[in-house]
Amino acid sequence: MKPIHLLGAIPFLGILGGIFIANRVTPYVLGMPFNLFWLVMWVVLISATMAVIYHLDPANREEQSS
Amino acid sequence: MIALAVIFAFLLAALGLGLRARRGRDMDLEQWSVGGRGFGTVFVFLLLAGEIYTTFTFLGASGWAYGKGAPAYYILCYASLAYVLSYWLLPAVWRYAKQHRLISQSDFFVAKFNSPLLGALVALVGVVAMVPYLVLQLKGLGIIVSVSSDGRISSHWAIVIGTVALTLYVTISGIHGSAWTSVLKDVAILAIVLILGIYLPMHYFGGVGEMFHAVDKAHPQLLTLPSSGMSTSWFASTVLLSAVGFYMWPHTFSASYSAQNERVFRRNAIFMPLYQLILLFVFFAGFTAILVVPGLKGADADLSLLRITTATFPSWFVGIVGGAGLLTALVPGSLLLMTSATCLSKNVYRLARPHTSEQHITRLAQLLVPALALVSLYFTFNGGSSIVSLLLMGYALVTQLFPALLASLARRQFVTKEGAAAGIVVGVTTVAVVTLSGVTVGGLLPGLPQVVKDLNVGVIALVLNTVVMVATSAATRTASPDPVTTAALRPEPEATAGTG
Repeated sequence: MKPIHLLGAIPFLGILGGIFIANRVTPYVLGMPFNLFWLVMWVVLISATMAVIYHLDPANREEQSS
Repeated sequence: MIALAVIFAFLLAALGLGLRARRGRDMDLEQWSVGGRGFGTVFVFLLLAGEIYTTFTFLGASGWAYGKGAPAYYILCYASLAYVLSYWLLPAVWRYAKQHRLISQSDFFVAKFNSPLLGALVALVGVVAMVPYLVLQLKGLGIIVSVSSDGRISSHWAIVIGTVALTLYVTISGIHGSAWTSVLKDVAILAIVLILGIYLPMHYFGGVGEMFHAVDKAHPQLLTLPSSGMSTSWFASTVLLSAVGFYMWPHTFSASYSAQNERVFRRNAIFMPLYQLILLFVFFAGFTAILVVPGLKGADADLSLLRITTATFPSWFVGIVGGAGLLTALVPGSLLLMTSATCLSKNVYRLARPHTSEQHITRLAQLLVPALALVSLYFTFNGGSSIVSLLLMGYALVTQLFPALLASLARRQFVTKEGAAAGIVVGVTTVAVVTLSGVTVGGLLPGLPQVVKDLNVGVIALVLNTVVMVATSAATRTASPDPVTTAALRPEPEATAGTG
């Protein structure tokens, strides 16, 4: 477990914790009720987070590890 | 009539692809069930995504958006979080599976805990959990074909025909068939969901925003999670449980064995969440249906997507939707059947008759496919539940394998085979009791605040499971010191040291 792997905890906080605050209809963002927008935003952020982890993780820079 | 012809063309195409996939391969058990471990990023992506884009997505997600509103969003979240876990989980699982030449999920437990009995327990839990899952695929298949053929084919017959096709190509081509059909399925479903999700709100309301405003006006409670019942704490606990259970499905777990190398999983963890966003368009279609085809109650909500499609589009397009829907049942259905059959023959039958040859096991697995298909047909025709409830039940069961699996990946293995078995038994029993008696956390402990009452009951089962697992391990560990080191030192674990 390297420090960079802790980034993986952020999406869990954003979705599981965030929903308690973000559960509301207004304001609409991109045509979506706020709670739906919030979750969609986090799905995109998960992807971004995983890309950051992938590029910083030394495991992916080794020679083909298989 | 045109719709029916198009659906039939899809069925033939799927069969053709499925059978063709076998060409030039010698089908031993390793080729049949894990593709000889030679699949690259794209196939693994499709196989693991095959898990997501099932009839459940197509009908269940839109059905929940239609019938329940905001609680449906949980479907978007749990798989996305599961991919975060997959970054660490799958490479570890894959590495160990390759090293020990494992085929099924229960092989993993057999090897890690050095206990074929534990493996049989895991196999049985997996097969039991997969029955509701397979039933939901078949139910979906029936709904899709009968509604989109305008009732010309009854859902009964659709299910029978679909099951025959499914059984045929699984028996012959194994996982190669599923991989190739899922290419066709994913392209078709992607296109259709985008078209429906964008066109329907545009056509009826002038845009997604306008559609949501109209729904909010007519049903103001639908767009947020309610303050009790399917509340925010239900949402968070259900998302967490399902994310943890995501890779515990025997077919998903062993589909990961088919990868060429472990980097495949890490790279997929980046793109899979974005692929989830397709669900958003399924929600849009479901919400649009609320005002366009009102009045579907209970399990009938699963019909909403197809009802709005037949009400809006010409017959040939309905046929394409129906055909793609058929594939969403066939692909996961085939993986489920194949995995259950492999688990039963390799981890249960082999345990009873240890001297069976590898060849015999492969034949038996192939013969079990039609047998299992018949069992699922029976349950499909004799039981009723909405698609999402069936899925939640299966998830609650498979999630109980997670604590033992996680413990087995630890560098210093503390959990013993007795501990793992006791935990799984307690967890699964709790789920069964709770499901059959309809108990909720609030019903058990009425004095608690609402936030705690609404927690998914699976949480209790998981906590009990973990407590029992740790306690039993502590007790058995002192009795028989270090069973795990012995397992680790043994070069070939029992289950894989077969005669083949």
